[in-house]
Amino acid sequence: MDLNQYLSMFIDEANDHLQALNEHMLELESRPDDVSIVQVIFRSAHTLKGMSATMGFEDLASLTHEMENVLDLVRNNQLAMDEFIFDALFKSLDALEAMVADITAGGAGKADVTQIVVALQSIVRGDYKHADSAATSEQQQAEDDADTLDEFQRSILEQSVEAGLHVYHMRVQLREDCVLKAARAYMVFQVLGPHGEVVKSTPPAQDIEQDKFDGSFHVFFVTTTEAAVLEKEVGTVSELESVHVTSLGLEDIKQWNDRIQALSGKQEVAATAVVEQQAAPQNGSAPANAAAGGMKEDPAATSAKTIAATANKAVQNRTIRVDIDRLDVLMNLLSEMLIDRVRLEKIAGDLKQNELTETVEHLTRVSSDLQNIVLKMRMVPIDVVFNRFPRMVRDLAKSLDKKVDFVITGADTELDRTVIDEIGDPLVHLLRNAVDHGIEPISDRIAAGKSETGTVNLRAYHNGNHVFIEIEENGRGINRELVLNKAMKNGIVTQEKAASMSDEQVYQLLFASGFSTAEKVSDVSGRGVGLDVVKSKITSLGGHVIIESKLGHGTKFIVQLPLTLSILSAMLFRLGNEKYAIPLTSIVETGMVSKQQIRRLHGGMRMIDYRDSVIPLLSLSALFDCTEYSDFQEEEIEIIIVRKGERLAALAIDDFIGQSEIVLKPLGNYLKSVPGISGATILGDGQVALIVDPNALLK
Amino acid sequence: MAEELKVVVFSLAHEEYGIEVEKVKTIERMTPITRVPKTYDFIKGVINLRGVVVPIIDLRGRFGLPESEFTDQTRIIIVTHQELEVGFIVDAASDVMDINEDSIEPAPEVVGGIQAKYLRGVAKIGDNRLLIMLNLTEVLHKSEIVKLEQLEV
Repeated sequence: MDLNQYLSMFIDEANDHLQALNEHMLELESRPDDVSIVQVIFRSAHTLKGMSATMGFEDLASLTHEMENVLDLVRNNQLAMDEFIFDALFKSLDALEAMVADITAGGAGKADVTQIVVALQSIVRGDYKHADSAATSEQQQAEDDADTLDEFQRSILEQSVEAGLHVYHMRVQLREDCVLKAARAYMVFQVLGPHGEVVKSTPPAQDIEQDKFDGSFHVFFVTTTEAAVLEKEVGTVSELESVHVTSLGLEDIKQWNDRIQALSGKQEVAATAVVEQQAAPQNGSAPANAAAGGMKEDPAATSAKTIAATANKAVQNRTIRVDIDRLDVLMNLLSEMLIDRVRLEKIAGDLKQNELTETVEHLTRVSSDLQNIVLKMRMVPIDVVFNRFPRMVRDLAKSLDKKVDFVITGADTELDRTVIDEIGDPLVHLLRNAVDHGIEPISDRIAAGKSETGTVNLRAYHNGNHVFIEIEENGRGINRELVLNKAMKNGIVTQEKAASMSDEQVYQLLFASGFSTAEKVSDVSGRGVGLDVVKSKITSLGGHVIIESKLGHGTKFIVQLPLTLSILSAMLFRLGNEKYAIPLTSIVETGMVSKQQIRRLHGGMRMIDYRDSVIPLLSLSALFDCTEYSDFQEEEIEIIIVRKGERLAALAIDDFIGQSEIVLKPLGNYLKSVPGISGATILGDGQVALIVDPNALLK
Repeated sequence: MAEELKVVVFSLAHEEYGIEVEKVKTIERMTPITRVPKTYDFIKGVINLRGVVVPIIDLRGRFGLPESEFTDQTRIIIVTHQELEVGFIVDAASDVMDINEDSIEPAPEVVGGIQAKYLRGVAKIGDNRLLIMLNLTEVLHKSEIVKLEQLEV
């Protein structure tokens, strides 16, 4: 089987699972006693293991397997989550992520994870913290359904033998007339408890508890007690038919699986258990078996779990993945169709035939619906960006020794794919900034009379044609004086200017390149890179950042972004016979000025009065070297007033065409950046119109 | 073994040129071109090629040849080369032909006024036909684009 064709699917799904794992781990960290979360995590890990094994990524599969072993103990209440386990699991996730990233980059997904594996194994053995072993020994480890040992269990048994412990295989047969089988079995386990540890029981403990066994069960038991003593003690439990204790040596353990397979036909009692359990995979899905193929694990257990996972998935996953390029192609085809539609409308108008007109009208409706749908398909919930932040904030808070509550709202807010792809990095910077600079260390917070846990809010919401993303924290707030002092020291502002600056203007200084108010350079920030990058990135996306802050109470960064980059409302206008578009978002208003209203400065720059100020009048025809039109001769000039931040300017144009929704197209790689032009769009008549970039004109 | 090349043959200022056929996406008739300001003169602008905006280069202008009026014969050859997609305006596109890699000889210093660096070589076909093979990497050289980016408003 050629697996390459599934590789991209594998990568996508693996990333999804890793993401889910991360999220649920974080959830679990806040509610460590919630076993239902562990179940979810276990399922994700299990699916990931199966997928990886099928695809031949053995390292991935074996690491997830180790994680599973730990999680399995937790979900069976045999192990309580603690910091050590969380850290080990998070480390495993990181390693898995690195491996998947390696696969994505074309590697084989290999990584040295020995240390993590050792940590995980020590958790399972319980010797990472000796006090724990007593607790775990009370209950038994439920792993596989059949009597075979997996690699991991085998290694425990082998190690136990090597450590001088006795390893027993105990077969307990309850009497036919036994009334409460589960209770009897429980009593047996109770007897075993103080003597040592059940490494594996068949059927698993939970099945036994729920009476899902046929009167006999087997356990692999590690103990210091002698076999005879055990047999006698267990024998005191009533309603038992027989108790067989077999002592296992190193060789026995090694050959156990082979022997079981050879014996499965003959050994009556064992066979019933095995056959019953193996009915499941036959009904179950073939891929589940294939998934387990790479691992030495019992197929029955695997398929049962996988089925559960798939059933779960069918409900949540009613989507398909589409390559974004294909959507672009669809979009292009659609815009072609729209152009033809305009032509058809014209022809229908000329011919004045009822049937034709009606058909064209219908076509018009259908195609505009189509357009809406295609546009919607490009919308992605911002969740895909947000979901990696909880983990980041957790790690960050931990490394800075701070306590932070991270609250996300509006993760379902939808944004165009192109914006989504770009917005991640700036948000990372802002969040790091919030945790590092914003939230105070615990001692400072207490001294300031605040609760020791700081809060960072990440919100997203729609407002009109924009999406707002807010990062708000209740930390120390921005110290205006500190910023100004630093700015003056760096020569960014003069002392006179500093005095007259509004708070907002002062905060904007933070975005100056190389600016940092951190006194110490920490691991996280303070090197003076970051915020300027944030600003330029967001500006390049057509958005902007506003800062609100209250000293001692916290800071809020508000990022405003256009809903989509590919479609925007624009004003179309003409310069001679050339058509241009300018985004409505940067237009303040449109109007006319007569020649008398234009003043000239010494340098020749033309200025006009606008409201209470004087703003420059730029000649677009001159800037763009138009040959057919020049506004200098006009008596009355149409103007568009545009804004960039605080600055305003009037652009002189020839004539307005009107407002329209336009599809933004790049100019192609060859013309990557043309000054003053941010892209192009195709008009209804098939002509290309250029989109003016007002930001470039207002330097 | 010498390899056979399939080339699209077009003419420009009375010379015949060739571009490997696999680099040619389509050949279009002249369509309205939207001028893009602040670019080189030889960049005529952009066209709408079935929903994709494609920049158009006048090959005559690119090679410093005198520009001429567009006629019925004028064609735009859409070329894809190293992730760049551009259209070349040529006087006429006439043919697709097979030539032998061996028959391509290094270009002489100047062919019809074009610098040799833009040329991959000259292929001799028939008795007295010469086909000038274009070196697309040079024709679409990045340094020209870099210069564009440095232009100020």
